Amino acid sequence: MPVRIRVQEADFDVGAEIMALSSPSSPMADGAEVGAEVGAVATFVGLVRADKVSSAAATLKQVDGMTLEHYPGMTEKSLASIVAQAQQRWPLLGVRVIHRVGHLRPGERIVFVGVAASHRGDAFSACEFIMDYLKTQAPFWKKEAFAGAQASAWVDARESDEQVMQRWERGT
Amino acid sequence: MKLTVLFFASLREALGCASEVLEVPAHVTTVGALRDWLAARGQAWSVLATQKNVRAALDHDMVALATPLHEGAEVAFFPPVTGG
Repeated sequence: MPVRIRVQEADFDVGAEIMALSSPSSPMADGAEVGAEVGAVATFVGLVRADKVSSAAATLKQVDGMTLEHYPGMTEKSLASIVAQAQQRWPLLGVRVIHRVGHLRPGERIVFVGVAASHRGDAFSACEFIMDYLKTQAPFWKKEAFAGAQASAWVDARESDEQVMQRWERGT
Repeated sequence: MKLTVLFFASLREALGCASEVLEVPAHVTTVGALRDWLAARGQAWSVLATQKNVRAALDHDMVALATPLHEGAEVAFFPPVTGG
């Protein structure tokens, strides 16, 4: 099953990724190429939000941008492991994951997860699973910069993300 | 044993250290013991003891603090991840 995982500063083309997922082919032992029976492609794109409510001060802070840090070496390994877990749970025909790092502005794309399968149930579920696990396991950290003189701040992990991931573990 | 230890995100900023190559004494045998040994340096390093939810990785895998160390291991300490 074709898997492509990238961690990069550059932006990505969602249309190109969908095209690649829609028509994967696997070389057979005799060298002939076989097109897989892709009937469904499910995708997720994460974006940098422009506005953020600060719960502490209850004021709306304008997010100016974001810096994404990661752990080179572990990042790719972690994403590969998450994709492998998805492959074990659902019959997939292709997975593509892209996560950007570095400096990003509001509205920019951060992450892409695309899954190809024969049927939509498997594609939807695997796509959601991969995102839920990425949010709690993949070693990325976001630092937000705010407009004006406000200091930048590291984003806190959410308890709700951990709970969502636990639901997959429990099977609920 | 000789180890490489890395720090990320807010933890790196609090410690003022991104990475260090260490020689640890014989009694430091687990990831948790390493964390305590580093925290005992005091001053900024005590954040390793006081900070809640410090996560750890050993050779690029997320691990529990009880995980045993080995010669030449790469250990990383960091806050909960916030990717995606």
